Amino acid sequence: MSLLMNIFQEIPLHNYLFLSAILFCIGVFGVLLRRNAIIIFMSIELMFNAVNLLLVAFSTYYSDSGGQVFVFFIMAVAAAEVSVGLAILVTIYRNLHSVDIDELKSLKW
Amino acid sequence: MLLIIILSLALAGAVFTKLSGDKLASKVAFLFSGINVIATGYALKLASLGEFAQLQFASAWITSPKIDFLLNADGLSILMIGLTNVLIPLIVLASSSRKLENESSYYGLILFMQFALIGVFAAMDAFLYYIFWELTLLPIFFIALFWGDGNKQYRSKVVLKFFIYTLAGSLFMLFTFIYLYQQAGSFNINDLYALELSNKEQYWLFWAFFLAFAVKIPVFPFHTWQPETYTESPTAGSMLLSGIMLKMGLYSMLRWLLPIIPTGVEAWTPVVITLCAIGIVYGSIIAFKQDNIKRLIAYSSLAHVGLIAAGILTVTKAGFQGSVVQMIAHGFNVIGLFFVAEIIFRRLGTYDISKMGGIRALAPKLTTLFFIVVLASVALPSTNSFIGEFLLLFGLYEYNTILAAVSGLTIILSAVYMLRMYQRVMLNELKSTITAFADLSLSEMAVMVPIALVIFACGVYPHYILKVAEPALDIILKNTLR
Amino acid sequence: MQLVYLLILLPLIGFLVNGLFGSKLSKTVSGWLGSLVVLGSFAISTKYFLDFYTGSLAAPIDIKAFEILYFQNISIHFGILVDQLSVLWLMIVTGIGFLIHVYSIGYMHDDENFSRFFAYLNLFIFFMLLLVLGNNLLVTYAGWEGVSLCSYFLVGFWYKNESYSNAGKKAFIVNRVGDLGFLLAMFVLLYYVGSLNFSDLKAEALGGNIPSNVALAAALFLFVGAAAKSAQIPLYTWLPDAMAGPTPVSALIHAATMVTAGIYLVVRTNFLYDLAPEAMQVVAVVGAATALFAATIGIFQNDIKKVLAYSTVSQLGLMFLAVGVGAYTAAVFHVITHAFFKACLFLGSGSVIHALHGEQDIRNMGGLKKWMPITFVTFLISSLAISGIPPFSGFFSKDEILAAAYEHNIGLWLVASLASLFTAFYMFRLVFLTFNTNFRGTEEQQKHLHESPSLITIPLIILAALAVVGGAMGIPEVFGGTHWMKNFLAPVVASGSGAAHAISHSTELMLISIASIAAVVGIAFAYFRFVKGGALPLKDGEEKGLQKVIYNKFYVDEIYNAIIVKPLMTLSSLAYEIFDVLVVDGVVNTLASITYWKGKQIRLLQSGNIGFYLIMMVLGACAILGITIWQL
Repeated sequence: MSLLMNIFQEIPLHNYLFLSAILFCIGVFGVLLRRNAIIIFMSIELMFNAVNLLLVAFSTYYSDSGGQVFVFFIMAVAAAEVSVGLAILVTIYRNLHSVDIDELKSLKW
Repeated sequence: MLLIIILSLALAGAVFTKLSGDKLASKVAFLFSGINVIATGYALKLASLGEFAQLQFASAWITSPKIDFLLNADGLSILMIGLTNVLIPLIVLASSSRKLENESSYYGLILFMQFALIGVFAAMDAFLYYIFWELTLLPIFFIALFWGDGNKQYRSKVVLKFFIYTLAGSLFMLFTFIYLYQQAGSFNINDLYALELSNKEQYWLFWAFFLAFAVKIPVFPFHTWQPETYTESPTAGSMLLSGIMLKMGLYSMLRWLLPIIPTGVEAWTPVVITLCAIGIVYGSIIAFKQDNIKRLIAYSSLAHVGLIAAGILTVTKAGFQGSVVQMIAHGFNVIGLFFVAEIIFRRLGTYDISKMGGIRALAPKLTTLFFIVVLASVALPSTNSFIGEFLLLFGLYEYNTILAAVSGLTIILSAVYMLRMYQRVMLNELKSTITAFADLSLSEMAVMVPIALVIFACGVYPHYILKVAEPALDIILKNTLR
Repeated sequence: MQLVYLLILLPLIGFLVNGLFGSKLSKTVSGWLGSLVVLGSFAISTKYFLDFYTGSLAAPIDIKAFEILYFQNISIHFGILVDQLSVLWLMIVTGIGFLIHVYSIGYMHDDENFSRFFAYLNLFIFFMLLLVLGNNLLVTYAGWEGVSLCSYFLVGFWYKNESYSNAGKKAFIVNRVGDLGFLLAMFVLLYYVGSLNFSDLKAEALGGNIPSNVALAAALFLFVGAAAKSAQIPLYTWLPDAMAGPTPVSALIHAATMVTAGIYLVVRTNFLYDLAPEAMQVVAVVGAATALFAATIGIFQNDIKKVLAYSTVSQLGLMFLAVGVGAYTAAVFHVITHAFFKACLFLGSGSVIHALHGEQDIRNMGGLKKWMPITFVTFLISSLAISGIPPFSGFFSKDEILAAAYEHNIGLWLVASLASLFTAFYMFRLVFLTFNTNFRGTEEQQKHLHESPSLITIPLIILAALAVVGGAMGIPEVFGGTHWMKNFLAPVVASGSGAAHAISHSTELMLISIASIAAVVGIAFAYFRFVKGGALPLKDGEEKGLQKVIYNKFYVDEIYNAIIVKPLMTLSSLAYEIFDVLVVDGVVNTLASITYWKGKQIRLLQSGNIGFYLIMMVLGACAILGITIWQL
């Protein structure tokens, strides 16, 4: 186990940072540019995972398991959130036959 | 322990009342509040003997920030709790002779209100106190909203205004408490008493604190929620509001405002007492020509509590003692007045005085009891509020002769509007529109007679109240004059 | 238990029984019950009186019963004081009170609320006893307000009539003005002296521990209270209106007892007035002015009870004049004699009204002595007494006051003498118009004319007898008397009362002759005008000039209405409709509307476009990031 840790720790931290930054930006642009709600969801997940990656990386680097525990929490919460979100989307689709966010404008005022 | 029993009796009462269903609700509520009267009676007896050990409770609650579950009923608090617990069964009884929708919720809310009120009067931790303070707002909001008479749409506007007005006031209090916590590192009242705040801090903290109480009491010019709310609420709501809830503001001024911010009080009292004195005359004068009984009572109440607030702010022993006596007296008197309004409303379907007249001929019992309450409201000697007003006015006299004379006008003005109302309702020829008017029923007598008895008992022998309140007031006075 | 408690409690018991169970008792029972409890009090009062009279009780009885309230180092007890002064008042209140109770059994016999009437009368006696027996100002104050409460009840006894209940309300409210003065006086004394007990106050005053400005303030404030209760300028307007009550009430409350409470208060606190000569000056001037003013109005009144009411105001003014010039004994003496003859006059007028079935206008009476001889004779005797014709009781008491006034200031004496002259005139105008010449009422009324039953006439006879001999209590030295009352009251009013006899006997005799001649002139004038001349008062609306002004009571009520009542009522409407609703509430509502209006604008940002939200979110995150980095 400690061997594995050592291997991970040998990979320089900035690699993780770049990767997660790239992932995060992909997520952000996906959220901003795409119109399909499901894709947006996926992009949000991507952002989540970018953050998770970072947490895990730092956790390993500092040999502190707190970050990993945190990630588990995030994954559990994200899963719950996705299931609720998807359920909402399914309902919206049933009613409107579309998940294009430009058409979902009735929730205002 | 006894204090916890009293507190939890109210909460348990609320829960059981809600569970008992609409048919039994009023009886269960009366039962619980009745038991609570007995417990409170015992507590009052202990208090008069100077044994307060049973009336204290302390338990750690939240460590960071440090908040303790600290309840402590000293002489002042136990009197206010006594007032609450004696009035609640009367209020329950006053409502019980009228059929209402969804009674289990209604009576449950009343008892929940009782729980919160007891908490306000007993809490000695600022945070806990604040929680109870805001908790009182919820039941009264729903009671006023759902069970009032008249136009629902207008009522919801009025009640919302009341809710937001008082909530906005309390927000300032929350700021103050947070600020004080940062200074003292504790919410415990004794730590707050020990704080030495700079003069500048006290000048603005005073207003932040005072606003919360001024809205609740209410002090002129923060009173405009009051007349409409009293008019639109169901009578039990008006009773809770005027009989007990506004005493929260007065009590809190004594307990929290004066001893914590003594310099601020000293600096601002000239302004604030003047406001109170204006309120006394102003409320009385407006009351002259009101045609709606409830609104008339609301304005008269503005005048009466203005005097109490002024008496407290004089920071004299007489003013303090008078305020305690008068808080209790006003609680009973105003409930009596509202109940009379309710009785008339049940029979005639109106609160409009111009549609009444000559009822005396048909209802001698009501006439007598109504007049006793009117007498108490005009502070005739041998009624409870005479003692209160005498002490309050003397406290004001010690502070400033002219303010005492202006506030003293209340004894003339109150006679004008009270007797005018009494005359227009009860005397003169019987209005031709009134064909029948049943005299008091047994359950209505059961509310009015105890009130009448208390009026005379406190008026002839107020010694008990003075004695129980004295040690607590001495501590407050000492801390305020430090 | 002290007997004095029973003295107070008896009427209270009567009140409770009649008030709670009155509707179940027969009229005879409740009437006699009400009367007998007062008789019981009278018996006890007599015992105390005799104790003081014979000297077996020299020191006053001063009891502290229980503590009412306390704060700091001040403690106020419920306490009772029986001394020479209070015992005299006890005798009047219970004695005359009993007679009037008995009279009321006859007078009120047909009233449906008979037992309630007696309940109120008993309550009145209770409060009056409390007032007189209190050993401190607070207890006196309790009685003081209690009697105005009963006055409110009894004036508005026929509550269905709106103007009657208005009159009751007016009486109560005007008295409240005085009560405020009383209250402030108590505050002054509490603050500077620390006690309200009469004995303490007296000791402090005599010991020179009360500064004169404190005494002045207290005395003036007390006088405000006294002036309201005893109907002095400018607070007298309630008393004539209070005649709306049943006649026994007017006799008991508004002539014999309650209205003299003001005199009692001033005499009781005479030690304060002695320290404040300016206050006494005020009292004297107000008293003299009221005496003349009310007597003037009395000349042109046509309602039999209104004439008597103004006469009461005028006589009370004389008493205050006496007090103001330091002749406390003379004032008390006049209170007592006045109680006799004025009660008799009122009861006599009640007898007349009773016989005429509610007619009160003297223009519709006349010649009644043929039908009502007893009423006539007693009325005549009392009128002679009030006019100051020797040797009736009023002669002695009034002369003492006039002599004291003369000694003090000749102007005051002149005013008082003029008032006496007017008094003689209007009283005999009343007597002649009511009892002499021919009957001017309707035939229907004439058929029913009759002398009143014995329950009514016996009290009249007793009171008339007292009005004749009452002067014996204070026969001055100039007639070889010893002035018993002066000696009797000496322990209470130790100082100041010697003033009346500082003038020489020859001057005094001269004053007495002038006063008597004036009274005779007044009577003669009335005789020639109304009996020989057959003149009649003008009909309503025919008066002209000064007469019209006086007939309308100098328009004082109208002036008060215009400068106090109306503006207050207008202010009430304005304050509510304009200031409270528009300004005070307007500010609150405006605050709310501004918030609402702003919110309405801001909510447009909530467009519903999710893409827009997302961009805003990212921009927000970037902004936070930027600020954080910038702050590093």
